[in-house]
Amino acid sequence: MSRTEIRITGFGGQGVVLSGYIIGRACSINSNKHATMIQSFGPEARGSACSATLAVSETEVLYPYIARPDIFIVMSAEGYDKFGDELKDDGTLIYEKDLVHPTLKEGQPSFGIPSTRIAENLGRTIIQNIVMLGFFTGVTGLITREAMRDAVKASVPAGTEELNLKAFDAGYAYYEEEYSRGKQSEEKGAVAAETAEKSQSE
Amino acid sequence: MKADPAGVLTGAHYLDGDFACGEGAMAAGCRFVAGYPITPSTEVVERISRRFPMMGGIFIQMEDELASMAAVVGASWTGTKSMTVTSGPGFSLMMENIGLGAMMEAPCVVVNVQRGGPSTGLPTMVGQADIMQARWGSHGDYELIALSPQSPQEAFDLTIDAFNLSEIYRVPVMFMMDECVGHMTEKVVIPPAEEIEVVPRKLSKLKPEEYWPYSVNGGDIPEMVRAGDGYRFHTTGLTHDHRGYPDMSAECQELCVRRLVEKIKHNADKIVRFEEEETDGADVVVVTYGITARVARMGIEMARKKGVKVGVIRLIVIWPFPEKRIRELAGMVKAFVVPEINYGQIVLEVERCAAGKAAAVPVSHGGGGVHDPNDVCQAILGAAK
Repeated sequence: MSRTEIRITGFGGQGVVLSGYIIGRACSINSNKHATMIQSFGPEARGSACSATLAVSETEVLYPYIARPDIFIVMSAEGYDKFGDELKDDGTLIYEKDLVHPTLKEGQPSFGIPSTRIAENLGRTIIQNIVMLGFFTGVTGLITREAMRDAVKASVPAGTEELNLKAFDAGYAYYEEEYSRGKQSEEKGAVAAETAEKSQSE
Repeated sequence: MKADPAGVLTGAHYLDGDFACGEGAMAAGCRFVAGYPITPSTEVVERISRRFPMMGGIFIQMEDELASMAAVVGASWTGTKSMTVTSGPGFSLMMENIGLGAMMEAPCVVVNVQRGGPSTGLPTMVGQADIMQARWGSHGDYELIALSPQSPQEAFDLTIDAFNLSEIYRVPVMFMMDECVGHMTEKVVIPPAEEIEVVPRKLSKLKPEEYWPYSVNGGDIPEMVRAGDGYRFHTTGLTHDHRGYPDMSAECQELCVRRLVEKIKHNADKIVRFEEEETDGADVVVVTYGITARVARMGIEMARKKGVKVGVIRLIVIWPFPEKRIRELAGMVKAFVVPEINYGQIVLEVERCAAGKAAAVPVSHGGGGVHDPNDVCQAILGAAK
């Protein structure tokens, strides 16, 4: 696929825009892809549903906005209510499973993670978004783990790199434990196989 | 001259167009910015105000846009490269002093991150409807230069060019971004300082007693001095003679204002800049700029797949307009198609230059979003018939 569309949503303060920034940076600076990020602006930017979108492509991104995302990362129930319908029927849903209770379409690949609880256990709720990014990296295989880790390191405030990388690795590990069980290599990106596995496990 | 490394953040970055524009200004040597915050342009000055202290720059948040533009014209006369940043409503308020800058020939850059208008319009959403205002917004006759970037990378690169052009031609240069480019984040590569060419202020070498601020010695552009360097000089918005003193006569008006117009007209071939693609044997040529140039490209590809020969002229410098090239092409193509996020501005210029030899078809969009590429494709197919 030459173009992958991503929407990330949550409530203002959860680090939605930073998450988009890190994915975009990992794609365009640490990998050989083009990535255009658009963030939502306006009165909704803090406290309620906030969102960022990315168009990732092997070639130049001409149209900067997204139509129906291939990947939807949701960190709040309100964000799910607002944007849930636009996800492609076979698009991948990645959600904060303590906060979001999605109504799945048939055959919808979906992956939940208690990213806030994991972040709390690591000592800082604020790193929830980075846990989510680790999980996203495992689920989609869109970008290599190393490219994402480098982008996290380069994007978080100085002095917090170690904690953030720990958060990233925790999210990635959750994916491996809950969905991959070590059967798959990360390069393979493995949304299709995941789907099969998930439907068995449910 | 090479750029001052203090202002150059060399490396590969993931930046939005606003931040990239701010970085371009600092790389170009801008060390004074006066502005009044307005969406969607505020990030430009946020970036600059955070980084300016590290390079000895001064940012002042002024009481309004009138004062901002006045401060920029004044700062320019101290020899400091100066800029202001705004969006539609603020751009309107700056018009009087943009004219002052044109009349005083103060090199400076005015960034307008265009949003939907008129009036307060769509503060957070895209528009491209200030293009004619950039050209004609202040009263009286004058010429200036306007550029339009299509990506954050160009927001960086072309901001440097904007400063260089302002120094060479001693005019306010309008940097016509749009909200979409301003708020989109993409990879921006900032080269090392030694690879960035900047045009320094051309200061007069004459002795103070020999110097007149508007004496051109047969050329188009007078030499400047800096306030405080010991030169006694006068500059004013009134029609002035070579000494800079007011002279209210038709003769002086002819000398003074004709030169303001001709210094750009005579050099238009050097200033005009556009990208041209596949215009040889084209049926239709799409003339486009800013974010619309990218979106239109998808419509162009769709039309090409349907067998239409489509060429592209992407304007990088919008003013002065590439009149000559449009005139030449008008004799060879059926039509020009002009998508823009307004109800018809550059299309009028294309129509004027085509002078009836080829149709000029607008593809209008009122703002708040970008074109549907299919609309561009349909316009091309219609124009090719």
